[in-house]
Amino acid sequence: MEWYLPVIWAGLIGTAVMLYVVLDGFDLGIAILFPTTRDEAERDQMMNSVAPFWDGNETWLVLGGGGLWVAFPTAYAIIMPAFYLPVTLMLLALIFRGVAFEFRWVAKPNHHVWDLAFWVGSVMAAFSQGLILGGMIQGITVVDRQFAGGPFDWFTPFTLMCGAGVVVGYGLLGATWLIYKTEGKVAERSRAQAKVLLLGLLAFAIIVSLWTPYAHPRIAERWFTWRNIALLWPFPVLTGLCGLMAWRRLHGKHEFTPFALTIAIFALCFLGLAISNYPYLVPPSLTIWDVAAAPASHVFVLIGVSFLLPMILFYTAFVYWTFRGKVKIDSGYH
Amino acid sequence: MDIDAFLLSRIQFAFTISFHIVFPAFTIGLSAYIATLLGMWLKTGDKKYHVLARFWTKIFAVSFAMGVVSGIVLSYQFGTNWSRFSVVVGNVIGPLIGYEVLTAFFLEASFLGVMLFGWTRVPPWLHFLSACIVAGGTALSGFWILSANSWMQYPTGHEMRDGIAYPLDWMAIIFNPTFPMRYMHMMTAAYLTTAFVVLATGARHLMVGHRTETARTMVRMAILMIAITAPLQAVIGHRHGEDTAKYQPAKLAAIEAHWDSSKPAPLVLFAWPDEVAGVNRFEIAIPGLASLLTHGSMDALFPSLNDFAMQDRPPVKIPFFGFRIMVGIGVFMILFGWLGAFLWWKGKVFEERRWLWVAQYTWPLGFMAILAGWFVTEVGRQPWIATGVLRSKDAISRVTTAQVAISLALFVCVYCVVFSAGVLLINRLIGKGPDEITTEEPPQQPSQRPLKAAQAPASELFGDGHPGDDKIQPAT
Repeated sequence: MEWYLPVIWAGLIGTAVMLYVVLDGFDLGIAILFPTTRDEAERDQMMNSVAPFWDGNETWLVLGGGGLWVAFPTAYAIIMPAFYLPVTLMLLALIFRGVAFEFRWVAKPNHHVWDLAFWVGSVMAAFSQGLILGGMIQGITVVDRQFAGGPFDWFTPFTLMCGAGVVVGYGLLGATWLIYKTEGKVAERSRAQAKVLLLGLLAFAIIVSLWTPYAHPRIAERWFTWRNIALLWPFPVLTGLCGLMAWRRLHGKHEFTPFALTIAIFALCFLGLAISNYPYLVPPSLTIWDVAAAPASHVFVLIGVSFLLPMILFYTAFVYWTFRGKVKIDSGYH
Repeated sequence: MDIDAFLLSRIQFAFTISFHIVFPAFTIGLSAYIATLLGMWLKTGDKKYHVLARFWTKIFAVSFAMGVVSGIVLSYQFGTNWSRFSVVVGNVIGPLIGYEVLTAFFLEASFLGVMLFGWTRVPPWLHFLSACIVAGGTALSGFWILSANSWMQYPTGHEMRDGIAYPLDWMAIIFNPTFPMRYMHMMTAAYLTTAFVVLATGARHLMVGHRTETARTMVRMAILMIAITAPLQAVIGHRHGEDTAKYQPAKLAAIEAHWDSSKPAPLVLFAWPDEVAGVNRFEIAIPGLASLLTHGSMDALFPSLNDFAMQDRPPVKIPFFGFRIMVGIGVFMILFGWLGAFLWWKGKVFEERRWLWVAQYTWPLGFMAILAGWFVTEVGRQPWIATGVLRSKDAISRVTTAQVAISLALFVCVYCVVFSAGVLLINRLIGKGPDEITTEEPPQQPSQRPLKAAQAPASELFGDGHPGDDKIQPAT
């Protein structure tokens, strides 16, 4: 039992983070694409397409962060100081993004400053998340179970590239979401943008897949021993297939499949990174068992989670069902 | 005192949590008030209660949203700035915070949507039920936070192994000895604070000539609430003080600026505590009264600051003055509430313009008392972050002074812009008043976005609204 508890919790937190990345990813993505139109009605339409969802989507970040503390306090205590500035930047960016969302409607017609806050906040939040992701992959300096690196360890060419990669990836999620949820000019433009962004995301995925095993022998060993090649070959192949299918579907009339395939690419990349680093939660030194909370604490919260999480998931699905269908110009929820 | 990462982190936490606490305190009280209004509406069928409930729900939505965004920052600071705290007490406090997050998330994701947007979509009884659940839920959220905080004040139910706290008995952890009174004190404070905001809103509209039935109803309901809860709060606060005397004698000594345990403690009305010399300057005091209040006898002796080694003493000035501000406001609240009740009983409350004039400016009182009280209890816990378990200075992350200086500067800038905008929006809504605002059509779609509920009136404020014609006529 004591062996399984950290695994269950790692799975739960991983699921929360994955849900966050996909769900808030498309919210942030439509904001990243915001400056590509100056048309007021189109901007309204873009914003309306995520209006009922964004705030529930963001809550998964709280659950992910809170969960990390509850289940793996030592990891939380190492990761957060290691990424002090990117985390602070992300929180502030999310505050700006969130209130810009709301104040924009209130401030009309003098809302251009909030349009800017919406865009800048979203790009900064996405970029900071990329920095943190990159910093996790490249590893954190730990001495005596405490962070022992410098304040700018996260600032390297690799992490900057990851930051850009996440901005592009969220942009793609946003664009394919708009293809699915809107029609008319916005949908057409998003389709054209999605093609470029898809190529961009795949390029970043390839660079990360080559760079990380090259820079970190432990990751090379994970992927390129013969036994593991036999086991893990479907991951890169499936990712490539999804990319290819998405490319073809973007050229056709398909509306939902590009979005679904983008999610699949994200999920496969996420799994790939998990495989690269398993069982380390603080690469390259501490495993999920090294940093786990007391079993009694794990069990105590797990009881609550097992009741409340299904209800939260059910309600989330219900909201998406309630607001199904296309968002037309001037038919928003506002 | 050196400007270092430790001091700046303390300032940052104090700054962000002080901003935060204002909103949950208000939403805890307001959700209960809205549930009450809806209940009254169901019971009497009187439309004024429905109009008021609609009005306050819009304000609730804005406050709730600001509480949520300012709260996220706090939980992340446990990791970024106070990582040793996260590790040392994470096994015990983490689950309490975890339950709070689950409760809040569940609420935000479900009944809040019905409460904010269900006006035309669900039957009244279900709407009332949702408001009750939201009110209960916000109180439950407070339950977990106060439990965690109280555990830090006086930890029980755990054992220390290799410097890390491990849970032994969850009931002893959750219901630690200082928790019940602290929780009741905070909840009552939230309800009392909200009552003063409601009172000030009603008085403000009466003063500018909106002599509507809704404004009168707000004043009446607020007076009733204040006249009962303000004295009740004094009793609860006193009981809470007895817990402090029993479990946190150093904090009590700081509150009373009590330096000499060989004599009964006087009640110091005013003084300038000199922490270096260990005496009070300019003291005005009533002999023996502090001993009587805390230990039931004029001759009772209790530990003074000099009984604690210098490194185990809390700072004196903040708890000392904070406590006097809080109690001073509390006494004013009781007297002002009773005066209001007396005027109401005489049938003159709506004619006595001097009382109403004062009443319209009383809205910040509760918030000030809450902040003062929290400064007393948090600074009074120093030098410990969790009493006897971990000192604050040992709880800090290994971050540089420059990092914290940057983040603190950013927090100050962003909070000033964002929360001023939010408070301005609330003030405009209140200025409009219930009768004008609720004539807007309710939003056609339900949504889980809190601020949405405020948008209908807000768009009207900015000029594209359509005032309706079902205004309640001013009472004659």
